[in-house]
Amino acid sequence: MSLNRRELLGGAATLTAAGLLPTVTLAADTIQLGSILDTSGIFDAYGKPMDQAMRLAVKEINDAGGLLGKQVEVAAYDTQSDMALYSQYAQQLTRQDQVDVVHGGILSASREAIRQTMRKTKTLYFYNVQYEGGVCDRNIFVTGVTPAQQVEVLVPYAMGKSGPKVHILAADYNYGQITARWIQKFVEDNGGEVVATDFFPLDVSDFGSTITKIQQTAPDLVFAPLVGGAHLSFFRQWAAAGMKDKIPLASTTMGVGNEHKVLTPEEGNGIMVAYNYSQELETPSNVAFKEKWEAEYGDTTAIHELAVSTYQGIMLWAEGVRKAGSVDRDAVIDALETGISIEGPAGKVTIDPQTHHATLDVHIMEFEGQGMTVVETLPQRAPIDTQAVCDLQANPDDNTQYEIEI
Amino acid sequence: MDLSFVILVEMLYAVASLVLISAGLAIVFGMMKVINLAHGEFMMMGGYATITAVGLGVNVFVAMLVIAPLVVGLIGLIVERLVIRHLYGRLVDTMLATWGLSLVFIGLATMIFGNTTTGISTPIPGFAVGGYQINGYNFFIIVVSIVLVIAMYAILRGTRAGLIARGTMQRSDMAAALGYSPDRIYMATFFCGSALSGLAGAVLAPLVGLVPTSGGAYIAEAFITVIAGGPSLIAGLVSSATAFGLVNQIFTFAISPVIGEVALLVAAVVLLRAMPQGITGRFFKDKM
Repeated sequence: MSLNRRELLGGAATLTAAGLLPTVTLAADTIQLGSILDTSGIFDAYGKPMDQAMRLAVKEINDAGGLLGKQVEVAAYDTQSDMALYSQYAQQLTRQDQVDVVHGGILSASREAIRQTMRKTKTLYFYNVQYEGGVCDRNIFVTGVTPAQQVEVLVPYAMGKSGPKVHILAADYNYGQITARWIQKFVEDNGGEVVATDFFPLDVSDFGSTITKIQQTAPDLVFAPLVGGAHLSFFRQWAAAGMKDKIPLASTTMGVGNEHKVLTPEEGNGIMVAYNYSQELETPSNVAFKEKWEAEYGDTTAIHELAVSTYQGIMLWAEGVRKAGSVDRDAVIDALETGISIEGPAGKVTIDPQTHHATLDVHIMEFEGQGMTVVETLPQRAPIDTQAVCDLQANPDDNTQYEIEI
Repeated sequence: MDLSFVILVEMLYAVASLVLISAGLAIVFGMMKVINLAHGEFMMMGGYATITAVGLGVNVFVAMLVIAPLVVGLIGLIVERLVIRHLYGRLVDTMLATWGLSLVFIGLATMIFGNTTTGISTPIPGFAVGGYQINGYNFFIIVVSIVLVIAMYAILRGTRAGLIARGTMQRSDMAAALGYSPDRIYMATFFCGSALSGLAGAVLAPLVGLVPTSGGAYIAEAFITVIAGGPSLIAGLVSSATAFGLVNQIFTFAISPVIGEVALLVAAVVLLRAMPQGITGRFFKDKM
C-alpha cells in the first residue's frame, strides 16, 4: 500500500478529530477538576500525599453521587518539581482541557507561576498550602494556614514555657523573612525581646558556628522557621551539642512534611509547633479520614498537613458548587463568599469572604516519640495577616501579593 | 577563654570537614585528572550506606569507617570498569560522563530510599566547656581527618604501592615498560578515591538530613579546595582547606553564615587570580 503525504495528513486529521469528539461530548456530563502538583522530583514528599488526598476527596464525592448529579473527573499533571512545567501545564489545563476548577501548586513560586493564567482564563483556582500570606486575588482561594495564624498562638505559648528572650533562625527567602517579621512582632507584643535574627540559604547544613553564637546571645527560646532537608541538620546538631535540654525550640515549619519522623525521639521531643493538622488529632472526623485513607492506600504514615489542606480545599469547593447549583466560576465564588464552612479532618474550616483565605483551628503541639501531641486547640483563627492588607469585598479587582509591613 | 576555645574547635572542625570532603576528589581529580562531577553523589551513597547498615543493626562506627567506604569503593570500581576507563586523558568527556552518572545515582537513590529526608543521630554526646556546649562529634571529625591525611601521606610516600601509583599517574607508559599494568593501577586508585568519598559522606551523615540530592551541597566546595590546592596532592589539600576553612569561620563568627560562604568564594577567586597554579604551584613546591 502506498500513501502520499496528502492522504497521510488527511487521515491523521480525521483520526485526531475522531479522537477529540468523545471528550467534547463527555465534558458536558462530567465536571472537570484540574490538579497540578509535584508528584516526582525533589518536592514529591509534599506532592505525592497531596495527590493521594485529592484523589481520595474526588472518589468520596463521586461515591456519594457526584456533584449536581454529575461525576467529577480528574485531569492531573505532574510538574516534576520544575517551575517551568507549571506555566506549561496551566495553559494545557485552562485552554485545552478547559477544566472547571484547578487545585494545586506547592511552592509559592509555583503558585505565582500559574495564578495569572488562572485569572486571565477565568478558571477558579485553589491553593491548598501553608504559605507566607498576602495574596489578594478574587480568583484564588487559599485553604492553608498563614504565619500569623501559627505565630500568634505559638509565640505566647512558647514564651510562657521558656522566657522573654528569643533568638530567631529563619530560611532565607520570602517565607522565612516574612515569618521572622511576624515572630518579632508577636514576641514584642507579648513583652519579650528578639536578641538576634539569622537567615540561612536553603543549602546551609552546617550550623556549628550558629550554635556557638546562640550560646553567646543566651536566649530563653529559639524560634526556627527553617525549611528543607539541609536545614533539618540544625535540629540534629542542636541535640548533638547537648543544647536541647538547655534552651527550648519552637518552629512553624518543622513537621509539615513529616520531618519529625526522621529525627529520633531524643532529638525531637519537646519541640513546639502550631499547625492546622496533626495525625494524632483524636476527633471523629480525623479518625474517619484516616480509616478512609487506610482503606484506599493501606498506610497512613504519609498523611501530612498539606495533604489534609488539599482534601479540605476540594471539599470546600464541592460545597460551593452545591450551594451555587452550578460550576460557573462567578456563581461558585459568590457561594464561597457567603462564608461556607466544612468539617474537615483538621476541624472546621471556613472561607473568609474578605481575603478568600481560611479561618481554621490551630493546634499547639509538642513532639513526643516521633509524633505530634496536641497540647492546646485554638478554634477558628482568622487569617489576620492577609486581612490587614487585603479586602476583596471593597476591591474585587485587586490582583497583588502584598508584602506584609509590621 | 571558653569562647576562644569553642571558636578554635569550630575552626579546626571547618578545616577538617573541608579536608574530608575533598580527599576523594583530590585523588580522582588531582591525581588521575578525571573531573568527577559525581563526587557529591559518591558521598551521598556513603551516607545512605551508613544509615542502611545502622538500620540493620551494625555498630555505627563500623558502618561509617568500614562498610560505607567499601560499598562506595565497589560502586566506584564498577563505574570505573564500565565508564571511566574508556575516558582517561579526555578531561571534558569525563565531565560529561560523570555528570550523567550523578543524575543516575540521584535517580537510583530516590527509587530505593525515597525522596524524604533520612538520617541517624550522632553517636557521641555533646559536652560543656565552661559555659558553652560543644558538639562532641566535631572532635571525631577532626581526628578522622588527621588520621586520613597521615595515612594518605604514609601510603603514597612510604609504600611501594604508593610509589607505583604516583609513577603511573606521571608516566603511565614508563610504568608499563617497567612491567606494571596502568589499567590495574588506575582501577585501584579510582577505588581508593571513591572509598574516600564514601567515607566522607558516611562520617558527615549524622550531622545532616540526607536526601538523594544532598551531594550537590558538597561538590562546589570540594572542587574549589582541590583546584586551589594545586599540583601537590596532600600539601595542596591541607593548605587550601586551612585557608578556606579559616576565612569561612572568621567571617561566619564576625558577621553571619551567609557572609562566611561568600567570603570563601571570594577568597577562592582572589587566590586563583594571584596563584593560577594553586597554592602549591607557588609554595611547598616539592612536597607531596
